[in-house]
Amino acid sequence: MSRFRILFSISIACLLTLFACSSSVEKEASTEGIAAENTTKPSLAFPVYESFSEIAPIFKEQSDTTYVINFWATWCKPCVKELPYFEALHDQFSGEKLKVILVSLDFKKDIEPKLIPFVEEHKLRSNVIALTDHKYNEWIDQVDPEWGGAIPVTVVYNSKKRQFVGESFANQDQLFELVKELL
Amino acid sequence: MKRIVSICLFLTALSLSFVACTDQADQKTATKMENKEKAPAARAKLVSNKVAGIQVGDQAPNFKLKNVDDKMYGLEDIKDANGNAPKGFIITFTCNTCPVAKMYEDRIIALHDKMSPLGYPVVAIQPNDPSMKPGDSFSEMQKRAADKNYPFVYLLDDGQEIFPQYGASRTPESYLVDNTFKLRYHGAIDDNSGDPDGVTINYVENAVSAIQSGQDPDPADIKAVGCGIKAKRT
Repeated sequence: MSRFRILFSISIACLLTLFACSSSVEKEASTEGIAAENTTKPSLAFPVYESFSEIAPIFKEQSDTTYVINFWATWCKPCVKELPYFEALHDQFSGEKLKVILVSLDFKKDIEPKLIPFVEEHKLRSNVIALTDHKYNEWIDQVDPEWGGAIPVTVVYNSKKRQFVGESFANQDQLFELVKELL
Repeated sequence: MKRIVSICLFLTALSLSFVACTDQADQKTATKMENKEKAPAARAKLVSNKVAGIQVGDQAPNFKLKNVDDKMYGLEDIKDANGNAPKGFIITFTCNTCPVAKMYEDRIIALHDKMSPLGYPVVAIQPNDPSMKPGDSFSEMQKRAADKNYPFVYLLDDGQEIFPQYGASRTPESYLVDNTFKLRYHGAIDDNSGDPDGVTINYVENAVSAIQSGQDPDPADIKAVGCGIKAKRT
């Protein structure tokens, strides 16, 4: 009798656990469904990376392309101010071997409510990626040891030259001149 | 006896399933939480990160800066929560306007409340030039300090001569110095600026504990993303 009880209660417990989890999985799937239905506006037009290691290769490309990689965030006013310079650069050099990548450091909780609407509203044409790796100390030096952590910063490089800019650009010409030097 | 065991098993499984589900729900609401604050507008030139500053082990420069109470303070004028000369100082460059500094405001207050009784008060310094950031003017600092009842001094780096000597480049940025003014730890307060509940390492607290037990803090320097300090345009 008592053995039966043990078995019985264990099986009920298991069932409950299974039920609880499968129902939450279903809920998740259904909210995703809703999100997908609402996506006349693309809900994720850019990739979100949780670990710097996933994007580390874009700082070490050995091709004939010049990379302009800017770190920014929607909360950073001087960053937002200089975004149009990068967009202009992207447009002007669209036929050439130049790639502009805007790495957003917006916090994980701000991706949905802030970053997505921002990217949509400003119709950003450059490549946008979001990096939510908050273990900053583990990767900041991999971008450049000179970087203390303040944003914006920009890395411009190709297989021959590399330039780290630890501050915002005063104007569009300043960015263009720097890039032309490397091209 | 067996009955008790079976009931225990049952309850454990039940509570586990609950934990699993509430956890997920929490995360969902967290990602949906909307934060409507807007970054203040201002044209700003950032300081270059090439400032030399001080390294861990170096002597930190003293200063005489105006506090929100209109009095001038140097490190020798600051007492801990017990009214004693501090064993060390958590010098923290922070401001009213930077969104990251704002996220740390309550954590800096909590840090002071916890560390000042141990002999390590926070010394907050606002390094931005108020002409570049009106929200960081002395009167706005006074307002903010009064509104939040800052338990520590909140000093203005008037003329911006102090932050370059420290080599500070961002807000918030902390320098833990001992009572000989030797820099023992520099950098981030903890390891999760965006989410106080997600913090797993309290770097400054750990560094104070290390000093208290006669050790050198390890790590002694932790970088983190923050707002560039706004220097007056030349």
